[in-house]
Amino acid sequence: MVKRPTTEATEVRRRRRGVSLGALVVVLLLAGAVSLAVGARALSPAEVWHGLFTASGSDQRLTEITLIVRTVRVPRTVLAIVAGVALGVGGALIQGYTRNPIADTGLLGVNSGASFAVVSVIILFGLGNPYQYVWFAFLGAGIAGVIVFGLASLGRGAGNPLTLALTGQGVTVFLAAMTIAVALSDKASLNALRFWNAGSVSGVGFGVIWPLTGFVVVGLVLAALTLPAINLLNLGDDVARGLGVNLTLSRAVGIAAITLLAGATTAACGPIAFLGLMVAHVARYLIGPDYRWLVPCAGLLGALVLLVCDIVGRVVTRPGELQAGIVVALVGAPFFAALVWRGKFKTI
Amino acid sequence: MKTSAPGVRLGSVSFVWRPWMVLVTLLLAVAAFVVFCLSIGAGDFPIGLPQVVTTLLGRGEQVDEFVIMDLRMPRALAGIVVGTALGVSGAITQSIARNPLASPDILGITGGASAVAVTLVTVSGGAAATIVSSVGLSAAALAGGLCTGLLVYFLAWRRGINGLRLILIGISVSAVMEAITTWLLVTADIRDVARAQVWLVGSLNDRSWGEVWVALWCTLALLAVVACVAPHLRALQLDDDVVTGLGVRHSRVRAVLLLCAVLLAGVAVSAAGPVPFVALVAPQVAMRLTRHPAPPLVASGLTGALLLTCADLVARTALPVTLPVGVVTAAIGGPFLVYLLVRANLRAR
Repeated sequence: MVKRPTTEATEVRRRRRGVSLGALVVVLLLAGAVSLAVGARALSPAEVWHGLFTASGSDQRLTEITLIVRTVRVPRTVLAIVAGVALGVGGALIQGYTRNPIADTGLLGVNSGASFAVVSVIILFGLGNPYQYVWFAFLGAGIAGVIVFGLASLGRGAGNPLTLALTGQGVTVFLAAMTIAVALSDKASLNALRFWNAGSVSGVGFGVIWPLTGFVVVGLVLAALTLPAINLLNLGDDVARGLGVNLTLSRAVGIAAITLLAGATTAACGPIAFLGLMVAHVARYLIGPDYRWLVPCAGLLGALVLLVCDIVGRVVTRPGELQAGIVVALVGAPFFAALVWRGKFKTI
Repeated sequence: MKTSAPGVRLGSVSFVWRPWMVLVTLLLAVAAFVVFCLSIGAGDFPIGLPQVVTTLLGRGEQVDEFVIMDLRMPRALAGIVVGTALGVSGAITQSIARNPLASPDILGITGGASAVAVTLVTVSGGAAATIVSSVGLSAAALAGGLCTGLLVYFLAWRRGINGLRLILIGISVSAVMEAITTWLLVTADIRDVARAQVWLVGSLNDRSWGEVWVALWCTLALLAVVACVAPHLRALQLDDDVVTGLGVRHSRVRAVLLLCAVLLAGVAVSAAGPVPFVALVAPQVAMRLTRHPAPPLVASGLTGALLLTCADLVARTALPVTLPVGVVTAAIGGPFLVYLLVRANLRAR
């Protein structure tokens, strides 16, 4: 039997959760500040301040700094935070909905749908600039997500976690094959695909970032609505139904949220694998299995990890840059493996 | 689902008699053989099915024998061997990880082999060229894959193999390897990228008898080991404490089976490159075809062989453009899995 926690223990746990989330927010703000200063051209805090808040003056050097801060550093910092939150929340949600510890944000076909859309529009319309195919990628991700959910919800055994995960996997497999088939027959597509696949938070401006942030916000609101239901869903379908959860509705809302979050991020950054999976596990370890706390924690962790990885990527291969998606796996994965090896994780 | 399947006991061996499963397994074997023969017969010099069979029995005409035994057989046989190895490897991995999304890819072998192969293709230095010319790309990649697989295995080992720890460590190591691959592809010359991409997808082109024999014998030896340990595989689906209570040395059984899964995937990688998705899809398809509650080993192997052979036949004959067999395998296997899932849902009550 599970012992009912005393009020004091509950109080301690609540405080610990609050402290964890608060600490994450503080560290995230610090990382954001560092992110504005670090890069091919290192800036001092005073210069960053100037760049952010002073209108461009007559001084050539200061105008240049303003330009760097406002058009390069701020957009990529904002994007890293937005994308990181989206991937973290998406990763926690997908693991909650499929009850599978290796579910990642790409599971519902979102990443492969976006990739297929990218290579398709390149070969069909000859688009060469990431600016031009962001919206196609978003569309592809959305269509793939809808197809997976639609196929998994047909019939009476609808939407059970295993069917959902495997349907996602089947559609992903198919779309990935189509993507490679197109890329192998067309050099321009292959060239775009390899950069796209790396996953990066640089190179898109606010023209893309604001609309995508809008989609992410909608996704986050939907996610927030379903949080209490996920806890109940994890008790098993029958128990959840008995406790008054509308299974179909809460799954549909949750999957719409995941598709929006992952789709918007993938469209702007390319597929960043592993991040969502990793932070969902770390968040579960830090804060416990209650999804109302786990999901926000995973979101903050996701933002922090992606931002730090982007900063690291700017520093390690100067004067070039290493894409954030690559750094996430190169740095994050060994760290994560070490945590796993020390036996820190429980199954879902 | 029927719950009361009759048990059969022969001496110290007992098993459940499942006629449907036996029937499906036999049908899969027949289908794989037929497609294999069709695949041998198809090509620029078409040979009918009866002639193929008589030639295989050693009583064919000399021309047919040359075309079949020297030109087409290695490739077709490689398809069967690779498909079987991947199917069985996938079934073992999914059983041990108790996770239908697991595949030998998460044991690190594919990621490690890919990273090594892409390094050798894209880095045009002295050492890389020497390695490729002396041992060959596939062998070097296989060595890389096996090293990575063993790394995962040892990292995941802590008083035995635990399902969750294995898959999480495996995914982490694979993620690192994939990141290295992506990084190399981003920085490489685009012509090298195209060559690397072909290798990454997996292909059966230009197989020689030498390679196929090695792969065949290795696969047979590994399958023999698996067959000896397989009766305990069912028990591993249960909780560890229950398994111990049943008297199965689960640590050792799991370790042996997992090692076999890694090596089988390695054989497949060495013979065809990292053909993706077969190991993931074949056990799930086989489970649904045989209506068995866990991935069945024999049927998974046969499904893998059938899938790969079909894909190779389609890739060589039906398509207007030449595509690597890995692409066609995924394009057939993914939708078929989805079809089975949807059908099961529509029939559920």
